[in-house]
Amino acid sequence: MKGIITVLGKDKVGIIAKVCTYLAGHNLNILDISQTIIQDYFNMMMIVDISAPSKSFEEIVEDLQQVGEEIGVEIKLQHEDIFNIMHRI
Amino acid sequence: MISIVEVQETNKMIREMNLDVRTITMGISLMDCAHTDMRVFNQNVYDKITRSAEKLVKTGEDLERQFGVPIVNKRISVTPVSIAAGAVHTDTYVPVAEALDKAAKEVGVNFIGGFSALVQKGCTKGDRILIDSIPEALAVTERVCSSVNVGSSRSGINMDAVKLMGDIILQTAERTKERDSIGCAKLVVFCNAVEDNPFMAGAFHGVGERECVINVGVSGPGVIKRALEEVKGHDFETLCETIKRTAFKVTRVGQLVAQEASKRLGVPFGIIDLSLAPTPLIGDSIAEIFQVMGLEEAGAPGTTAALAILNDNVKKGGVMASSYVGGLSGAFIPVSEDHGMIQAVQRGALTLEKLEAMTCVCSVGLDMIAIPGSTSKETIAGIIADEAAIGMVNNKTTAVRVIPVIGKEVGEMVEFGGLLGYAPVMAVNPFDCSGFVNRGGRIPAPIHSFKN
Repeated sequence: MKGIITVLGKDKVGIIAKVCTYLAGHNLNILDISQTIIQDYFNMMMIVDISAPSKSFEEIVEDLQQVGEEIGVEIKLQHEDIFNIMHRI
Repeated sequence: MISIVEVQETNKMIREMNLDVRTITMGISLMDCAHTDMRVFNQNVYDKITRSAEKLVKTGEDLERQFGVPIVNKRISVTPVSIAAGAVHTDTYVPVAEALDKAAKEVGVNFIGGFSALVQKGCTKGDRILIDSIPEALAVTERVCSSVNVGSSRSGINMDAVKLMGDIILQTAERTKERDSIGCAKLVVFCNAVEDNPFMAGAFHGVGERECVINVGVSGPGVIKRALEEVKGHDFETLCETIKRTAFKVTRVGQLVAQEASKRLGVPFGIIDLSLAPTPLIGDSIAEIFQVMGLEEAGAPGTTAALAILNDNVKKGGVMASSYVGGLSGAFIPVSEDHGMIQAVQRGALTLEKLEAMTCVCSVGLDMIAIPGSTSKETIAGIIADEAAIGMVNNKTTAVRVIPVIGKEVGEMVEFGGLLGYAPVMAVNPFDCSGFVNRGGRIPAPIHSFKN
């Protein structure tokens, strides 16, 4: 099972560090990262393995939201199924 | 592999274009609750609903978080009360409505549908008790929704019931006149009602359905509108193709939520209703889709054609996305719940007659229309008869949900609040139809009903 994390907000030092530290702490392995900065705006997508997290998916969604609020960016974790089902037949 | 473009597209649809799953509705059969004693029956009903739907709201909220897509309503529909409560020794079903209301509050759903009767061919004792109980039931409860099916393509139109419903709608309006006659917003009169419709106020759990089932209604006028903005000025083929592709994506989200909800609740998945249901929010409007298609306002010449295109292509895109499609499936054109429709009425572009014409090509009918409180019961019955005839002859569902607002006249505004929205009171044709509706009896089924 995979989850997709998207991070959107004004660029600053330490965004990736914060997100990765949280993921490492909850046994979520990062499988892929792509990231761009468009006119000072930080835009990142991560694919993470969510097969053995230390908390429930819903709790991690909330935690990440909170991490985002602390550093002033929007962090969203969604189950990969919603993207697969919308874009693949 | 999932690409960043696809992820961004999905999230843009959710964030900016109001993509959501409009409703998860759990259908629950009340057949096994039957009892002759009202108190025992009500207890059975309450127990069965609260037991079956115990985890419904929580599961909906979990799925919202898991997929990051809003699921706006969690609701329940039950076996038409006139059937389930048929054995009860009583002359009123108001206590049943109260039991339903209490159960709905207990499990946290915002509406419960099924205070209903199916009388297309005639009334049983239970049907008559139910219909007579509607005004009080809708006045003393908060979340109960009611519907009455008065006609079908197979059996014709029960004009006695149509006439009665004109009176019942006015009584309901009168009983809730302190709140702009809001009771009528929870009451629908159908022709060809469907058994698996997840949308209120017309939802009920049909007798052909299984014990318990999960039906999902998708939405997304905002998403379609934004997609059409990208192809402004292109020809009709491009227009149709764009609606189809977008409807496919929207429906897939509904399908995902439906399957997952069904798995988690241990309840079989029923159908996806491919409807576009607007909300009073700006940008989430069917009327705005017409504008993007090139009409100045909803109601302008071309509106019926535009609605036909929209409806057909939503279905074409949607049936590819889910094998079990049902319910009403088509664009809803309520007035009070659609910001663009309200504006069209205020500017004089949209009349009751134009709305009636539009219902020939959409799934629902005259929906959430405020009319003067001084409208006679015969006139309301005449409106119902017209709409039922459209459904009967065209083999489709049609409905009437009009709200005669007691004490208000044409042009005044009515505020229902929340998703029910607000609306200007619309003019009704003032000429009398009482000689017609007072005839009584039943309009025979049309010739093409004879298919065996």
